[in-house]
Amino acid sequence: MSINGAAYIAGIYEHPTRLAQDKTVAQLHAEVAKGALDDAGLTRADVDGYFCAGDAPGLGPLSMAEYLGLKLRHVDSTETGGSSYGVHVSHAAQAIAAGKCSVALITLAGRPKAEGMATGTRPFAFPPVVPDAQFETPYGPVIANMYAMCAMRHMYQFGTTSEQLAWIKVAASHHAQHNPHALRREVVTVEDVLASPLIADPLHRLDCCVITDGGGAIVVTTPEIAKSLKRPLVKVRGAGEAPKHLNGGRVDLTYTGTAVSGPIAFAEAGVTPADIKYASIYDSFTISVLLQIEDLGFCDKGAGGRFVADGNLISGVGMLPFNTDGGGLCSNHPANRGGLTKVLEAVRQLRGEAHPAVQVRNCDLALANGTGGSLGTRHGAATVILERE
Amino acid sequence: MSDQQRTIPAPVANVETKPYWDAAREGRLLLKRCIACHQLHFYPRALCPFCYGETAWEEASGNGRIYSFSITRKAAPPYAIAFVTLEEGPTIMSNIVDIPLDEVRIGQRVRVVFKPSEDGQPVPMFAPAG
Repeated sequence: MSINGAAYIAGIYEHPTRLAQDKTVAQLHAEVAKGALDDAGLTRADVDGYFCAGDAPGLGPLSMAEYLGLKLRHVDSTETGGSSYGVHVSHAAQAIAAGKCSVALITLAGRPKAEGMATGTRPFAFPPVVPDAQFETPYGPVIANMYAMCAMRHMYQFGTTSEQLAWIKVAASHHAQHNPHALRREVVTVEDVLASPLIADPLHRLDCCVITDGGGAIVVTTPEIAKSLKRPLVKVRGAGEAPKHLNGGRVDLTYTGTAVSGPIAFAEAGVTPADIKYASIYDSFTISVLLQIEDLGFCDKGAGGRFVADGNLISGVGMLPFNTDGGGLCSNHPANRGGLTKVLEAVRQLRGEAHPAVQVRNCDLALANGTGGSLGTRHGAATVILERE
Repeated sequence: MSDQQRTIPAPVANVETKPYWDAAREGRLLLKRCIACHQLHFYPRALCPFCYGETAWEEASGNGRIYSFSITRKAAPPYAIAFVTLEEGPTIMSNIVDIPLDEVRIGQRVRVVFKPSEDGQPVPMFAPAG
């Protein structure tokens, strides 16, 4: 069974907050749910499928289903970190194709900023029952140094430079200046990135995404319902998902699970990387973007540094406009999970609703890619290909 | 800069891994090899992750090369986390110690040393070889 054409994204919403000291996590979930349903022209009563991941408080989807007042016949709490929400779009399309639900709601929300979380540098606190914990915890793995080891190896193996990585942040900042909700709207240069403090060699502070509160939601529905609504038609063309891990000690940090999820999504969609007009690429760190761009086939493995340099990711300038909302590097990273907002900006581009300064002309085919967990150890990857009809 | 002053979180052993940590107290690094497919893996498991065969302990030479590393500058004190590829094949997470942090390089030959964690349990780490 293919999901190509089986489902449409009818509603999206991104919470404008970046610091939610006066809101609860559950409240943020409700506000984004309402926003996405309003955007679609649907109501709470239309929702019969609900999707959430580890950011949702409570036991899987149960607490949120109650809080949101949902009457459901399909739930899915697949948890693959920040990539969960691309997986949810795919699973929602599958469920719709199989007749298990007709209006699927996906929500994400969190408030790490308000909680004062040092997301990238706090020690992992996995309980001893987690089988890998005792072989890693003594050595001080944190999010930043795990991604840094991917960057260090890529530099060693392929000659990638800090200047090339910095171009990814530079491109994101060029886009963020037009997003009134972005946490960091200032345009930065390669020199600014290299002059920012080293967090974990070779990653500088400006190679790292922002820490923000907020959230987002997506409504996926049947072709019949989507066509009855007044919103532009955004069709799910294909999707892929794949976890990657340390493989029993056969470690290769130069690629992500996207090397598997990407080809699956392209095959299902029946398109190639050259057909993609806009790409949302999960930007937890600059190196994350570079690895995913290679894994998706936008350039050869090892050539990502040269590909992203000199503004090639800047809308209206380069060959592959990416993260035109400013992405996680500049705009937001709600709940420390950037996968859902990647889908949102891809939908805006396809609808023609991106900021005019960054809107890609004739944007009829877009890709959203997410990773989640730690690229240095174990992570999920999700690729979604969307088309404007 | 020495990382001697860094507090090393203690590993919590279980019935599956107790021999690994017991051996570390004797200054020995153990690996597990599959009895069925004869392949080594890491971290050690009761069943081989490549074929689900039964596994048995064997001692590693303790020699390896740095596959990748990063200096965590934000930490107090900064420390070098790394993946080290053992000469037997598996690549394992560890720290590089007993070397100025700015001298750590990918490809460097290293040898296992054991450093006490906060409860005294020795933990395998790697220092420049020879």
